[in-house]
Amino acid sequence: MLRRIRDWTLWPMLWKEFIQLRRDRFTIAMMTGIPAVQLLLFGFAIQTEVRHIRTLVLDESKTPESRALVQVMTNTGNFDIVGTVASRAELADLIGRGKAGAAVVIPPGFMADLRRGRSAQAQVIVDAADPMASNAAMAGAAQAAQARLLELTGQGRKAPLLDVRIRPWYNPGVRSAVYIVPGIVGVLLSMTMVMITSMAVVRERERGTLEQLVVTPINKTGLMLGKLIPFLVIGYVQMTIILFLGRVVFDVPLRGNLGALYAVTLAFIVANLALGLLVSTAVKTQTQAMQLSFFFLLPNILLSGFMFPREAMPAAAQWLGAVLPLTYYLRILRGILLRGVGPTQLWAESLLLLGFALVLVLLSVRRFSKTIE
Amino acid sequence: MSGPAPAREFDVVTRGLRKVFGNLVAVDGLDLTIRRGEVFGLLGPNGSGKTTTIRMLCGLMMPTAGDATVVGLDVRKQSEAIRRRIGYMSQRFGLYEDLTVAENLRFYASVYGLHGAELAARVKETLADLGLTGRSGQLAAALSGGWKQRLALACAIAHRPDLVFLDEPTAGVDPASRRLLWRWIYSLAERGTTILVTTHYMDEAERCQRLAFLSRGHLIAVGSKDEILAHFHQPTIEDVFIELQRRDEGAVV
Repeated sequence: MLRRIRDWTLWPMLWKEFIQLRRDRFTIAMMTGIPAVQLLLFGFAIQTEVRHIRTLVLDESKTPESRALVQVMTNTGNFDIVGTVASRAELADLIGRGKAGAAVVIPPGFMADLRRGRSAQAQVIVDAADPMASNAAMAGAAQAAQARLLELTGQGRKAPLLDVRIRPWYNPGVRSAVYIVPGIVGVLLSMTMVMITSMAVVRERERGTLEQLVVTPINKTGLMLGKLIPFLVIGYVQMTIILFLGRVVFDVPLRGNLGALYAVTLAFIVANLALGLLVSTAVKTQTQAMQLSFFFLLPNILLSGFMFPREAMPAAAQWLGAVLPLTYYLRILRGILLRGVGPTQLWAESLLLLGFALVLVLLSVRRFSKTIE
Repeated sequence: MSGPAPAREFDVVTRGLRKVFGNLVAVDGLDLTIRRGEVFGLLGPNGSGKTTTIRMLCGLMMPTAGDATVVGLDVRKQSEAIRRRIGYMSQRFGLYEDLTVAENLRFYASVYGLHGAELAARVKETLADLGLTGRSGQLAAALSGGWKQRLALACAIAHRPDLVFLDEPTAGVDPASRRLLWRWIYSLAERGTTILVTTHYMDEAERCQRLAFLSRGHLIAVGSKDEILAHFHQPTIEDVFIELQRRDEGAVV
């Protein structure tokens, strides 16, 4: 058994790859410098207006007054009521999993307070992890409160009666950096993993060393694992650098289970390494490999929800975004890092990532095997 | 390394070997036998099918039709076992420029299953054999053509294969290095290694014990230098080559 492990052709391959990596200053720069630069660049995010935030209602009052308030909020156009919940726990769970971005909570005494001429309180909870959406939510809530107040004064009541309090959850300062930094982990991994894999494989082909390797007893598994494992290590190093700098420079909270995040990340990195291998089978030169990698990067940045909320996109763009592994990885990153939810609440996204990884590995291994026939 | 118990007479035997790429027939009905321990030259103009033939024999490509055995093993079914017992030096040498001379050699030798003390000893020995000891710490990128060729040969033979394929090993290499390479080729052959070499240099062709001429995928002639000269009624191998190429181009028109 030990003898068989010792005889794996993976070992000489790994030995070679790590020596080459150590001497490759460009890759080392890419590994450490680019995460830092990207982090600082993207730390200042772009704001866009968001409407139609998925909103929950927790109506403990269940009165005409409470329904009127919800109606006025809907009329602002910033809120889409997607459901009603029965408890705060249920509400926290749904917002935590990203199923809704805001909630209106109307306490039991709402109508009674209003009738007695006392100040009636309602609460609007906003998932401020996404500052673009939450700004819109808070503006909408204030607008709705104002509108309803005017209606009530119009009915001959004394002001101020209505007190709508806004509670931004997860990101009390509503800072974009908090939202953007976890996303950078995903975008950077998509870019560098695809690019260095495709370029490294094409480089071996260009230099004739791939052909040389194929006539040796090295098997395809050893060859591919030997090439990809070092890049997996690079991916984890990059991720760690960004999370560390994000914490130190931008004060990004790392709330959830980091171990779980690193575990799920494996599926995401493997999917991207396989994609890189796939790119390498489609191109002839390193330049083409780099171009194709960039071509792939653009939809990832635009459609995954990294910079622009997917809710604001036309349906076609949303569908395109739905086939990008990054879309799901971003939800996992933000869910775990910002909202502190466990991977069990993100099992659908995690399974999808695993599915992407499996399909891409199967596809790329088949294509790669053919090209080295 | 010696072969299986019953002594094998031939290291390469092909029957009706054929390779087709789309509309192009690269190798057509090739029948070839190469004896053990022989230095065998494969000649022919560019595009005559030499490299394709070698690639099929190495297991880099599956033949479209026909059969071939290499070191007594079937290229279709036993390519993995074949790979352990052959060495291959391609036109482009296949060296890692960012590894040193010793690291390149160590990598290729370890891929063939050598490790530990045996690996270290073999690397040292092969470096010494090919006069590379003084340059063992140098990056392969810093080597000139002749030294790269030496290192490539070292990488192809460090695991002591039964049969070595050399595909235009002297392309773009200075005369002194060419002469040295041939000296090593003979010393390998003396130790019982079979050599299959392709070349465009006619002086090199004349050093081979037997020669085969390929033209447009067909085997035109095979035999010793004298047999071939007699067959084509030409004074030198170079004349044979030029005559063949003339016929070849005539056929294209």
